[in-house]
Parts: sequence; C-alpha cells; structure tokens
Amino acid sequence: MIDFALIADKLPSFLGATDGAPMMSTADGLLMTLELLALSLFFGLALSVPLALGRVSKNKWIARPVWLFTYVFRGTPMLVQLFIIYYGLSQFDWVRSSWAWEYLQSAYVCAIIAFTLNTSAYTTEIIAGQIRNTHWGEIEAAKAMGMSKWLMMRRIVVPSALRRALPAYSNEVIMMLQGTSIAGLVTLADLTGVARRIYADTYQAFEPFLVAGAFYLTLTVLFVWLFKRAEKRWLAFLGPRKA
Amino acid sequence: MKKTLVLGVIAASLFSIGAQAETLRFGMDMNYPPFSKQGADGKPQGFDVDMANALCAAMKATCQIVPQDWDGLIPALNANKFDAIISSMQITPERQKAVDFTNKYYNIASRIITKVGTKVDQNTFKGKKIGVLRASTQEKFAKDYWGKDGASIVAYNKAPESFLDLKAGRVDAVFVDGAVGDQEFLKTANGKGYAFVGPNYSDPKYFGLGAGIAVKKGNKALAERLNKAIAEIRKNGSYKKVQDKYFSFDVYGN
Repeated sequence: MIDFALIADKLPSFLGATDGAPMMSTADGLLMTLELLALSLFFGLALSVPLALGRVSKNKWIARPVWLFTYVFRGTPMLVQLFIIYYGLSQFDWVRSSWAWEYLQSAYVCAIIAFTLNTSAYTTEIIAGQIRNTHWGEIEAAKAMGMSKWLMMRRIVVPSALRRALPAYSNEVIMMLQGTSIAGLVTLADLTGVARRIYADTYQAFEPFLVAGAFYLTLTVLFVWLFKRAEKRWLAFLGPRKA
Repeated sequence: MKKTLVLGVIAASLFSIGAQAETLRFGMDMNYPPFSKQGADGKPQGFDVDMANALCAAMKATCQIVPQDWDGLIPALNANKFDAIISSMQITPERQKAVDFTNKYYNIASRIITKVGTKVDQNTFKGKKIGVLRASTQEKFAKDYWGKDGASIVAYNKAPESFLDLKAGRVDAVFVDGAVGDQEFLKTANGKGYAFVGPNYSDPKYFGLGAGIAVKKGNKALAERLNKAIAEIRKNGSYKKVQDKYFSFDVYGN
C-alpha cells in the first residue's frame, strides 16, 4: 500500500532539500516549477499583445507571419519544441560559437524560451479572438469621440479584449502549469523531475508521483480561485445586473 | 457446468502451449548501445540482446525483449511486466534490496570522457559539470567522489543525450561505462578530440560485482536457471561468440 514513511521522508525534496541540504537551499521542485511558469507566462503575455494586434491587422504582411507562428507553435507538441531548442540547436557549430550560446547552453533558458513561445502562440489567438469580438457599440462610441485608430486600440479595444480574455486565459495558465512538467526531460529538477529522481532512487513509482500530482492539483485549485476573483472584479460589467 | 468445462479446456490448452515453448520476457533499456539499441528495422540489437538469446537457447526457451526506459526497469519488473532484466545492470547492494541478481554476465570498468589533454584527479572537476545516466551506478559514484568536492552532477535520461551535451559544451565530462563510451562516442565522428582520461573506476562498493540479470525478489528458481545458463554458454563458446561480435577485449573480467 501507500508508503507514508517514504512520502514524509521525501517531501522536503520537493521543496528544494536535495541530498540532505536544508529546504529552499536549491530551486529544485516547487520553486523551479513556479519560476518556469511565472517567467514564461510573463514573457508570453508581453509578446502576445502586440502579436494579437498583428494577427487582426488588415495588412497581410503583418497578419500572415503571425498566423504562421501561432499555427506552427500550436500545431506541434511543446515537448518537440523543447527538444528542438535544447538538443537540436546545440548541434550546429555556428550556434555554439555565437553570442546566443551563453544563454542557450543553459537548460533553464531553453525551457523558458520553449514555454514562452508556446504560451504566446496560444495567448495570441485568445486575445486576437477577443479583439475581433469587441462589441460594435464600443467601437462606434470611440469613433464618435473622435479617437484615432491607435488611441481607440489602446484605450478601448485592447483593455476590453484583455478583460474578456480572462476565462480562456485562466485555462491557458493551468495548461502551462501542467506543461512545465516536461522540463525534467532536459535535466531540470522541477516537481516532476524531483519525482522522477525519487522514483529512480527508491524504485517506487506510486508515492513520488502521487506527491507531485498533489502539488499540481493544489496549484491548479489556487489558480482557479485567483482567476475567479479576478473575473469577478474585471468582468463584473458582463454579469447580470444586481438588484 | 458447461461453462466450467469450457474454461477447463481453455485452461488446459493454454497450459500445454506454455509447456511446449516457454517464453521468457526480458526487460531492457533500448538506449544503451552497444549493449542495446533499436535497430534500423525497429528490432532490438546489441550485446544484451544477443546475450539474452544465447541464454534462452541454453535454457531451451523463447526470448521476448520488452523495451522499458532505464529508470522504470525495476518498478516494471516488480509489476510483472517481464520476468527478468538484462540491461547491463550492475549488481549493487542497494539494488539487491529491491531485486535478486544472477551472477555477473560481464564486468567492465567505468571511465571519464573529456577533451583530449585534460588531467583528471579528484579536484579537477571543482566547479565543473559531469554528465551521468540518471539512477546509474556512475551517478552515485560521481556524486560521492566529485560531487562532494564541488562538481555538479548532471543526470540524463539516456546516455546519448549526455554525449550530445558534452559535445555542445554543456557538461565538461561524461562519466560512463567504458564500453558504451568507447563504441558510441569515441569511435564515432562525434568523439573526435575526446578521450578517456584517468583511471578505470570499478570500486565494488559502488559498481558492484559486474552486470547481472535481475529477477523479482524471491524468484530463486529463475535466478538459478539463469546462472546455470550463464555457466553453460561460458563453456560452450556462445558467450565468446557474442563478446567477439562487439568487443575486442575480454568483457567477463576475473
């Protein structure tokens, strides 16, 4: 049955206590997962707002490349993208002798690049969809105020689209949380990586992955709750009128 | 009544098939050339595969190779996914707690691979990175030997990935089974400019008594039969035939 002694013994490993070191002395486990998630979501979101504007642009020289980017990155598994960036690029001498190698040689940077590109592709489509969905009344009102195209985008369309993108984006955040679990395949020790290490050391599969699963589940519940609160605040105008 | 009869007939027929040609299922990590790899035709190839077949021939059984990633081999054995592990697994006290082993079927030392001309002693790797296979004897040894002295030990899921990263400069050295390093890296075009440096590492405390075949804890009967088969192929020459196909030196050790 479940070996609770093993769980109690190995639990600190998920919180950065590797090989007898004190907790939080390394970023292994929970901290690594949260770092990978936070950094890739931050860069991903920052990239996807301008990309979404490009995606809905009427200029096909802007819209087409963005369309290609989102289709390629949504059409291939994140694992494949990570392997291409980590193992694939390092095969080329010109990559290894370029300035970029200083960054690309680290598994951490490669993982963040892969995750960022992946999440920005999805987020671009989410935001672009909401930009297209903007209510005509809002646009007419902005035009009636005499706003230029860019002022209208900046003050009306983008803020409104970002709010309406919240529910879909919360899904993307949760998918990315689960997605970071592949970081262990390029030598990083995130939650899943630590679970694999314990599994390899003890030959017990059930307990370490059960604990890792519990961490992911707890984080998911937390994110869902946070996004519910955010939606209540920023999407209140879409809800039924309160008496 | 009828049902039990039918079931009985099915059971009896199954039994007789089992008695005619016994099938032994061997779990194997397929990423450890020249001991094991997936051939171009998708079929398993390598020293371990040929060794399994030679043993099966001696035991008058049919071999079935079941591919399984390295770090899942022992759990899968315990979950009855196969009858034994023949995957260059070193016999160590730690693993003996989890499984039973046969006698060794080969014993090759582990080596450090690094750029030509690097001097190796216990301190050379301070602040450097050493690649190893995750959950291997090399990983345990490297952590205790160089890790304590400030080297960081980077664990890979597959041996070829550690060679890729050595070549890419992400690790400064790879610590690996000598035969694997020789055949799969140094003798290939990728291995140019790299070499074995330093001594043979074969401390029995870490590397055990050589590679054995693992069976489920308590399955003494199968371990005994495999031991007899190993002794038999050592005698009748089929061991040497397999060895000579892959190596130019004696891999059995003393």
